[in-house]
Amino acid sequence: VKARVLIRPKAGILDPQGKAVERALPALGFEGVREVRVGRLVELEADDPEALGELCEKLLANPLVEDYEIELLDGAVS
Amino acid sequence: VTRFGIVQFPGSCDERDAVAACSRVGEARLVWHEETDLSGLDAIVVPGGFSYGDYLRAGAIARFAPAMTAVADFAAAGGPVLGICNGFQVLCEAGLLPGALLPNEGLRFVCRQVDLVVESAHGAFAAGLGPGERLSIPVKHSCGRYFAPPELLGELAERGQIALRYAPGQNPNGSVDDVAGVTNEAGNVLGLMPHPEHAVDALTGSVDGLRLFASVGAARERLAAA
Repeated sequence: VKARVLIRPKAGILDPQGKAVERALPALGFEGVREVRVGRLVELEADDPEALGELCEKLLANPLVEDYEIELLDGAVS
Repeated sequence: VTRFGIVQFPGSCDERDAVAACSRVGEARLVWHEETDLSGLDAIVVPGGFSYGDYLRAGAIARFAPAMTAVADFAAAGGPVLGICNGFQVLCEAGLLPGALLPNEGLRFVCRQVDLVVESAHGAFAAGLGPGERLSIPVKHSCGRYFAPPELLGELAERGQIALRYAPGQNPNGSVDDVAGVTNEAGNVLGLMPHPEHAVDALTGSVDGLRLFASVGAARERLAAA
C-alpha cells in the first residue's frame, strides 16, 4: 500500500526553520502569514501497513520532539 | 594502557582527530561501522561528522549500524562510551542518552571556542574534574540545541546527569538550561556537543579536552585499586 507520513515539530518546540521562512515572507510582499512550521513528508510503499507505526516511532520520527501522521493513500488516516 | 575504539561511519569526519587525541593518553584504533567485535577495547568514542549524510535527522540512521548494536552492549556492560557532536546525536537517537538535539536556534552553523562549566563530575569521563571547573573547548555544529522536556530535565539535574553546561552567556545554540553534555544514569556514557578532541594541543589554544580522554584511564585505575 502507498502511504504518506507527515512529520512535524511538536507543539511548543521552537522551529527556527519555520521562523526563518516566516521572516522572509514580508520581504517578498506576503503580509499576514503567521505560525509557520516546517516538517517533512515521507512517501513510501509498504507491504504491511500495520508496521508503519513502529517504523515511524523507530526511524522516521523522533517521538520526543516530533509528531507524525500516517496517511494510507486509500484515504484512511491513522 | 587504555585502548580506545573510535567508531567510523560513512560521513564521519572527526574520527582521525579522535584517534590522535586518544593516542595521547592510550592506544587507539578505528572501528568500521560494520564491525561488531569490540573485544580488547576499554572505551569507545563515537566521533563527530555527518554520519550517513545526517539524512532524516542527525544521527537517526547511524544508530542502526551494526557497530552501534555492539556499542549498546558495551555500554550496558558498563563500558565507557563518549559521544562527541554527531556522536552525541547518535547516542541520543539510539536511546543510550536522554534527550534530543535540534537545529541551532539561530539556524547558523556555529564554530567557536566556548567555555564549559563542569556541573557533575561523577561519570567515567570526569575523573579528576571538579564541579565548577571551566574547560575551554571548541564547538562546531548546526544541530546542537539540546532539548529535554521539563520533567525529564529536572530528573537529569537531580540525578547528576547534566555533566557540562555552557558558561553563562556562551550558549551557542539555544540549548535548554545551557546544557552542553549529559550522561546516562550510570555515568559511563557521556555525550557532548563541544569537541574535546580538537582541544588537546597548546598549538590550537587549549589542552582542556585531553582531560576527558585521560579521565577514562584514571577511572579504570581507581576501579582496579578499589
